Amino acid sequence: MKTVNQSIRKKDAMQLVTGQPVYMDDIAPKDCLVVKLLRSPYANAIVKTIQTENAMKLPGMEAIYTWEDIPQDAKRYTQAGQTYPEPSPYDRLLIDRHVRFVGDVVAIVAGQDEKTVDQAMKLIKVEYEVLEPLLDFHVAKDNKILVHPEDNWESLCPVGADNKRNLCAHDESSEGDIEKVFAESDVVIDHVYHTKACQQTMMETFRTFCTMDAYGRLNVVSSTQIVFHCRRIIANALHIPKSMIRVSKPRIGGGFGAKQTSVCEVYPAYVTWMTKKPAKIIFTREESMTASSPRHEMEMHVRLGATKEGIVKGIDLYTLSNTGAYGEHGPTTVGLSGHKSIPLYGKAEAFRFVNDVVYTNIMSAGAYRGYGATQGLFAVESAVNELAAKLHMDPFVLREKNIIHEGDVMPAYYGQVNTSCALDKCLQTVHDMIDWDHKYPVRDMGNGKVRSVGMGMAMQGSGITSVDVGSATLKVNDDGFYTLSIGAADMGTGCDTILAQIAAEVLDCTMEDITVLGADTDSSPYDSGSYASSTTYVTGKAVEKCALQLKEQICKLGAELLGCDVTTVEFDGKNVSTGAKRISLEDIATASMCGHSIALEATVTNTSEISPPPFMVGAAEVEVDLETGETKVIDYVAAVDCGTPINPNLARVQAEGGILQGIGMALSENITYDALGHVAENSLMQYKIPSRMDIGHIRVAFESSYEKEGPFGAKSIGEVVINTPLPAVADAIYNAVGKRFYELPITPEMVAMSDKNV
Amino acid sequence: MQKVNIIIEVNGKKISEAIEPDMTLFDFVRAHGCYSVKCGCETSNCGLCTVFLEDKPVLSCSVLAVRADEKRVTTLEGLQEEAAEFGAFIADQGAEQCGFCNPGLIMNALALFREIEFPTEEEIKEYLSGNLCRCSGYEGQLRGIQDFLSWKKEKGVRA
Repeated sequence: MKTVNQSIRKKDAMQLVTGQPVYMDDIAPKDCLVVKLLRSPYANAIVKTIQTENAMKLPGMEAIYTWEDIPQDAKRYTQAGQTYPEPSPYDRLLIDRHVRFVGDVVAIVAGQDEKTVDQAMKLIKVEYEVLEPLLDFHVAKDNKILVHPEDNWESLCPVGADNKRNLCAHDESSEGDIEKVFAESDVVIDHVYHTKACQQTMMETFRTFCTMDAYGRLNVVSSTQIVFHCRRIIANALHIPKSMIRVSKPRIGGGFGAKQTSVCEVYPAYVTWMTKKPAKIIFTREESMTASSPRHEMEMHVRLGATKEGIVKGIDLYTLSNTGAYGEHGPTTVGLSGHKSIPLYGKAEAFRFVNDVVYTNIMSAGAYRGYGATQGLFAVESAVNELAAKLHMDPFVLREKNIIHEGDVMPAYYGQVNTSCALDKCLQTVHDMIDWDHKYPVRDMGNGKVRSVGMGMAMQGSGITSVDVGSATLKVNDDGFYTLSIGAADMGTGCDTILAQIAAEVLDCTMEDITVLGADTDSSPYDSGSYASSTTYVTGKAVEKCALQLKEQICKLGAELLGCDVTTVEFDGKNVSTGAKRISLEDIATASMCGHSIALEATVTNTSEISPPPFMVGAAEVEVDLETGETKVIDYVAAVDCGTPINPNLARVQAEGGILQGIGMALSENITYDALGHVAENSLMQYKIPSRMDIGHIRVAFESSYEKEGPFGAKSIGEVVINTPLPAVADAIYNAVGKRFYELPITPEMVAMSDKNV
Repeated sequence: MQKVNIIIEVNGKKISEAIEPDMTLFDFVRAHGCYSVKCGCETSNCGLCTVFLEDKPVLSCSVLAVRADEKRVTTLEGLQEEAAEFGAFIADQGAEQCGFCNPGLIMNALALFREIEFPTEEEIKEYLSGNLCRCSGYEGQLRGIQDFLSWKKEKGVRA
């Protein structure tokens, strides 16, 4: 292959490294109104009165909107970027009189500059009726405090939601007789695992600007992964027709799922719609840490039964997920905690997976890379590691006995067949690369420090089965260069580049011959958006098919110009030829613009009836200071089966970046609330994402299977990569200090104070 | 608030202006078209807003513009050739990713290369530890930096 499977520079790389103005705030009109949100200091309260007159007297103030401006009995909406009808409940109003978490929106404030708006916010007087908050998600179900008591709350899909029980979703699935399996098992591992509402912490916070266009339509430019869903969300929130809204995205400063929720768009949209003036909102880091769309906190009760030979016979998982004040992505994330962990174990005869997703009075959760699989894999893989220890069996050996293989049916993965899988090779590669046999389980370094290893496996999906839609439009321009239009959003991942690579491979041209037009609801063909590990697999396949179709169009016009039958011609990327006669693409392109009616343009839409899982194995070598409990990952080795890596460099960096996020979740990224519902980690001062001093090295290998349904054999990569560090690091710490931790992050205090260690 | 008259040299161009005394250097340089300078945290943790003040890297979100009075300020806009030369090595790893942290990283890396011509891996990590990146896991950036240093060394030998 000439372009696919090549490490080509990202098409926008040099613009980015030289700091060109390509992000939202770089291109926003300079006369934008500054929009800020007055937020609730209480976790549960009713706004009794709100006085804005004094604030509005400030010179430069434009508007202040409160619940009084928003019909409270109107249809509610969700900010979750999902295919309609969204599984996430319609539980929001643009401004709700009932505020449901510390940080919920009380007023939208717009003025000429930041200083004016900041001052105005201090002059707004709000009287609250403070209600008792529901902060403990263990007691949320059927609690007397209802987070959403209102009658216009609505669930569009049968996900087991019931606002009168604080239930955002409930589901049960099973196969075989799990209790019988446990009764017959030699060993049963039975523990509860807990992961926190970690923050995506993309470097660019949430931000959007809006203007009115020449047709009186609302033009929204946002740092978003989901332009099309965003259009619907704004229409639903503002109660205006979708035809009046255009959403596009500039370069995005990172997303990781955070921007799969329209966290900020509706507010400047409302200001611009009402005032007809340009407006922008930029979340502060504090807002991004306290009123955003983090991972769902989950508590997972795993029961795992096995024979004394180490064959996993059954897995029972109950997941309790905390969606916070609103239900964004609540019903869907929880499913992955079981459906993307249990299927790894191919010998199991039974499984049961039950889950509840509950409302509480804390910030709403959302979508974060891994999307529930991360949480579930921490629990299940940790339980398997504990099983290995209990049986005095090497965790690699135990995995080899149990893993799923290509061609196996996966009952816990909706009964799908495992169409492509190199998980066995991933195990072998990681085992050898980290020199497991010499390092497992622990080595005393003789200086108060020990070095130990731990491992874990992971899977994910490639798009949402029979839901996600990806499209591509390709056209030939003068001189024979191509424009590729997509609705998927490059958020730094490089999808503009890898999709162009797929097109270039089919069209037999160079990367320079293809320009890419990013996501814009007015001009892009429909795409669900960049999430659920769908872009390479779903949209990538659309690009491949589209390029093939365009090739046919080129041949058709070429044949007409050569005066021969289309079945006799060939296109080699430069010329259409038949026998000795040929005509160049340039001449065909020119002809298409003068006196011919064959369109040199094609649009193809793709969806997939399967979601082939990428697989991964990871192993961590940690150094633990037994005195202080400080734990550092000095070496992390991983092998990924993402099918064919379209761009090995970009796939590698996806893996390395995801792994470090997982390490952060395992060791340092904590979320804690006080008794009144204030989150403590509200800046990068308290919320510690790893710096480059916190990691030794990350080494990634590819063990590629070939997925027939994917473009050139590719599956997804973006999400699976975050999952392995959690169980791997936790087990490495167990091997270092002899104590198991069931809650993340495992902080130095926890390690230093552990009984075994003391 | 009483405005203050300042003269700041930004990328070789002298700017004379009356500014609010609480204006940060970050706001000042962006107001003068230096859009490469980004803000990621407001608490001086992320390194995205790094600029040179008299050739020394500073976090512009935490420096008042008035402190740059009568001084030279350099942003990536003023170092385009160096940025492209070094940045190409980051790009060759695909490690620029979303790009939002790149200007701050590249500014600080250029500062590092001026202080230590051929830094060791430890020196690189330590000097750049205040430059956070959420996309790359740092490994690709490190490879890019080391490739750049090897290239520079080889070029030096050949010259």
